[in-house]
Amino acid sequence: MVRCKTIIAHLSEYMDGDTSVEMRQKIERHLRGCQRCNAVYDSTRKMLVITGDELVFEVPDGFGDRLHSFVDSMLASSESH
Amino acid sequence: MQKAVETEAETELIQRFLAGEREVFHDLIRPYERMYYRQAYSILRNQEDAEEAVQQAMIGIFTHLSQLTERDKFKQWGLRIVQNKAKMIWKRRRQNLYESIDEGSSDGSGEMTSYPKQYADWRELPSEAAEKREVREAVRMAIAELPEIYREVFMLRDVQQLNLAETIEVLGLNESVVKTRLHRARIMLRESLSPIFAKPERSVWERWKGMNPWFAARR
Ligand SMILES: [Zn+2]
Repeated sequence: MVRCKTIIAHLSEYMDGDTSVEMRQKIERHLRGCQRCNAVYDSTRKMLVITGDELVFEVPDGFGDRLHSFVDSMLASSESH
Repeated sequence: MQKAVETEAETELIQRFLAGEREVFHDLIRPYERMYYRQAYSILRNQEDAEEAVQQAMIGIFTHLSQLTERDKFKQWGLRIVQNKAKMIWKRRRQNLYESIDEGSSDGSGEMTSYPKQYADWRELPSEAAEKREVREAVRMAIAELPEIYREVFMLRDVQQLNLAETIEVLGLNESVVKTRLHRARIMLRESLSPIFAKPERSVWERWKGMNPWFAARR
C-alpha cells in the first residue's frame, strides 16, 4: 500500500496527467480506499475549477478602451519621431 | 489545429507590423490584453498600477518586437514583459513605502512536506462558486497571500490556463522548478481556502474575515 504522503506528493502531477501509468494506477487505487486523500484530491480539483474561472480576476470596465487609446497615442508619437 | 491557425495568423501580423503597418499592433495584443491585466493585477493588487504596468509593457512590446526571434511565442514573450514591468512597479512602490522594513524571506517552503491539515469535504459547487462576489474576493486574497515564487506559477498555470511549456517559457525557469512550485502552490492554496469552503454554517465572507489577519491589516 502506498503511503498517503506519497499520494499527496504526486497529486499535482496526477491532476495534470503527468505521471507514469504505474503511478497513476497506484494513486487511483489509493484514492478509492482512502477517504482523507480523496477529500484532498476532490477539493483541489474543485479549487482549480474556481481559480480557472474568468470571473475571479475581473477586468475592469473600460480597460480595453483605455488600453487601445494608449496604444493609439503611442503609435502616433512613434510616427512623429 | 485551431491553435496552429491562430499562431500562423499571429506571425503574419508580426510580419506586417515589422514591415511598417504599425496599426496592426492593436490586433496583435487584443487576444491577450485581459491576460496581461490579470497577471499585472496579481502582482500589484490594484487597478491603477495594473493598468500602468500593462501600458508600460505595451511600450516594451512595441519597441522590442523586432528582437523576438521565435515569433510563434509572442504570447509567452508578451506576458513575460508584463510580468517584469509589474514587478518593477511593485519594487518601486515597496521601496517608497517600506524603505526600512526588512522583507524577511518566508518563501513558505519550510513545512511543505507534511500532510495537509485540512481534509474536510468541500461542499461548494465550483460552477456556482465563482459567481459569488465574496468567493471571488476570498480566492483573490488567498492567491495574493501566496509567496511570490508560488503565486506567479499558479497564476499562469491555474488562473491564466497556460500549459506547462508556456508557463516555463514565461518565467524562464526549468521544468522541475515550475512543477514543484505549482504543486506547492496548489497544496498551500487548498489548505488556506479549505476552512472557507468546507463548512457551510456561516457565510463564506464572515468566516474569511474572522480567520484572516491580513484582512484586518489591509488598508
Ligand atoms: Zn491516503
